[in-house]
Amino acid sequence: MEEAIPLFQMTGVSKRYGGVRALEAADLAVEPGQIQAILGENGAGKSTLIKIMSGVVAPDAGQLMMHGQPVSFASPAAANKAGIACIFQELSLIPDLSVADNIVISDPPKRFGMIDRKAQRRVAEEALRRAGAEDIHPAALVADLPLSRRQMVEIAKALARNPRILILDEATSALTAADVTKVFSVLKRLRADGMALLFISHRMNEIAELADVCTVFRNGRNVATYAAGTRTDNDVVEMMIGREYSHVFPAKPLRGEAALPPVLECRQLSWTNRLRDISLSVGAGEVVGLGGLDGQGQRELLLALFGVLRGCTGKVLIDGKAVSISSPVTARSHAVGMALIPEDRKTEGLLLPMSVRENLSFSSLDRLSRWGIIDRAAEQIANDEMLQLLEIKTAGLDIPAGALSGGNQQKVVIAKWLMRNPRIILLNDPTRGIDVGTKQELYRLLRRLADRGASILFYSTDYDELIGCCDRVLVFYDGAIRRELAGEEMTEHALVASALNIPGGKATEVRV
Amino acid sequence: MRDWRYWLAEQRGTLIAVAIFIAMFIIYISNHQAGLTANVVNTAANKGTLLALVAMAQALVVITAGIDLSVGTIFVLTNCVASYVITGNPFETAAGVALVLLVGLLCGAINGAIVIYGRLQPIVATIGSGAVFFGVALMLRPLPGGTVNETLADAMTGRIFGFMPASLLMLAAIVAVIWVPFRRSVIGRAAYAAGSSEAAAYMSGVPIRRGKFAAYVLAGLLAGIGGLFLTFFTYSGQASTSSASTYTLFSIAAVVLGGVSLYGGKGSAVGAIFGAFAFRTIGDLMFVFDLDALWQPLFQGVILLLAVSFGAIGLLQVRNRLEWFR
Repeated sequence: MEEAIPLFQMTGVSKRYGGVRALEAADLAVEPGQIQAILGENGAGKSTLIKIMSGVVAPDAGQLMMHGQPVSFASPAAANKAGIACIFQELSLIPDLSVADNIVISDPPKRFGMIDRKAQRRVAEEALRRAGAEDIHPAALVADLPLSRRQMVEIAKALARNPRILILDEATSALTAADVTKVFSVLKRLRADGMALLFISHRMNEIAELADVCTVFRNGRNVATYAAGTRTDNDVVEMMIGREYSHVFPAKPLRGEAALPPVLECRQLSWTNRLRDISLSVGAGEVVGLGGLDGQGQRELLLALFGVLRGCTGKVLIDGKAVSISSPVTARSHAVGMALIPEDRKTEGLLLPMSVRENLSFSSLDRLSRWGIIDRAAEQIANDEMLQLLEIKTAGLDIPAGALSGGNQQKVVIAKWLMRNPRIILLNDPTRGIDVGTKQELYRLLRRLADRGASILFYSTDYDELIGCCDRVLVFYDGAIRRELAGEEMTEHALVASALNIPGGKATEVRV
Repeated sequence: MRDWRYWLAEQRGTLIAVAIFIAMFIIYISNHQAGLTANVVNTAANKGTLLALVAMAQALVVITAGIDLSVGTIFVLTNCVASYVITGNPFETAAGVALVLLVGLLCGAINGAIVIYGRLQPIVATIGSGAVFFGVALMLRPLPGGTVNETLADAMTGRIFGFMPASLLMLAAIVAVIWVPFRRSVIGRAAYAAGSSEAAAYMSGVPIRRGKFAAYVLAGLLAGIGGLFLTFFTYSGQASTSSASTYTLFSIAAVVLGGVSLYGGKGSAVGAIFGAFAFRTIGDLMFVFDLDALWQPLFQGVILLLAVSFGAIGLLQVRNRLEWFR
């Protein structure tokens, strides 16, 4: 039987970042006149897939074909030429240029070698109209627009290129409900015009409304493709999970129903539209996980608690007393005793060219110095203690921190905060990109710190980790806590279901 | 329509520079003994034009979020070259002018190549290349000297129709021939885009490298035109350390006063021109108020600091403190 050649096809595509495999022999076929949804949990390979399709990264192996002809894209511009336009999650607009400038940026209309401003204006107006965003003035500066309007400009910009394949990567996440309705009718019209659309979203209701075909990714592979509406939400969750357990977690202490005395509490904490009425409490000796899909406000919560964000509303209480934490200096002070292990150890955690010794001492210099002079002997004692406690493998204290392996770098970041004996430890996805052995050491360390009375707030994009390490998990969705899971409720199924905000996820009991 | 409001917002920096200059110039003229005579205007125009040309050069590079610390030395080097070659019959003189401009272009191309293809930071690259340019200038003219075609020089520094300074007309022509096409071309837009958000520009398939390279090359050319004018004013050439460093630093000051953001992506060379004239007028104000010339650096510094603080007001509105460091 003869099969029709798809508009775009990729076969056996693989991509590794260092030792981490992002895609492993993945296949995908894209047909015109169809909206195809891509599903998968954090790290399933969705974003790598579209980065390869849009020419941002090159695959290690595999083949891309357009109309059955092999193609390869050296840059985003090359993918554009071939007719693939992508609306990225991180906006690709240039803030200091006007809306019209941005819409035509890839290929401005020209007259006598110069940009034809009148034609540009026409193109921009037409594209904005097609995107259903006539309210945006083409002469407005992008930097002056709110996020939801910028997202609409981004969509108009993609449409102005008249692509044959349009990729939307969480393109609706910043939009208002009214915009979503408009964008959906635009997308349906484009489908009727014969465009191929790839739609990546974590909102199951959006997928149900739009998609014709769904493809599920797991562990860097496409595991299933099915016609939309033929599977239940539960089936989809089952397809998305099912990773092998590879970590060993320390035993959790058994606790009665007696509530632990709360050390850190926050009430109705809000910030712009990224955090909505967050109320939580963490007791002494408790490890509380922050779950949900990436980018639902978990990072912002940690930054808000640590005093980095301005204009937060709501209350933060330490030991039951209201405090105002206006900067990391206040956060780490004796009265609060907070530590934040940041997301990106290379920029926010370490000073890579400086020595391990200096990095270890940085957060504790006030304690290690007298009259502004650093006490070298005290520093040495404190550093040695940390090297032992965390088993940091380093050729010496005087080599640059950048020369350590990723796992050991992360240990240095953690050690530098442990030197202050913090009572409250906030961790922002601390195991990203480190090896399994170090991960397990970190899990044991967390539990040990908790047993000694520390209160830990632990954000991780790895569901196994949350289940294995935490006493409770708060699942975030769209800047708010949607569910709290504790004890037996903490299953991967429940985590994924509540991360996707599937209402039925609560009741289902599933074997794991 | 609301169009004019967006235009106003876009040109805000430039318009503020124009306003500052006009205010200062009115104070200057109303306190000048001679008042508004063609002579006073011509002198002010000639002095201002020199800095304006170097400031335009600086503005082009600053728009790409870079900085060019070699503009002053290109200015001096081309002055030294011009003091040798711009002589003889009209044909030879024209060839000499072309050669001087070519030297400026070449200097800019060297800077661009080092920064873009050598991936060095602009500040380091241009300190290094600037030292080389100055070294060449020193070899050419260790002591003041040389000549220039005086007919041409007088025509360029004199008045047309008895009141219009020729230097201002030349400046307007340079804006029309170099700046306007750059601003309206794809390459120019790429330079702005690279300065505003290089990652977003790359993702949108913008020719970033060509845009940045063009900015450096045109900066060299403009600094070279500045050197040419310096020769017309002085009839000679000299490898002067103080001119080189003064013009480099003043060009940065003029750019900031002219509303060009040092973070890149914002502002225009026209703003830089008015910034340069405003900065020059500060010095003249000291003169008409009979203040000791020793006060000039302090006075100029205060004005500059005020202008820079004005530009940093936006930082007060940041809601995520981590953005201060990005």
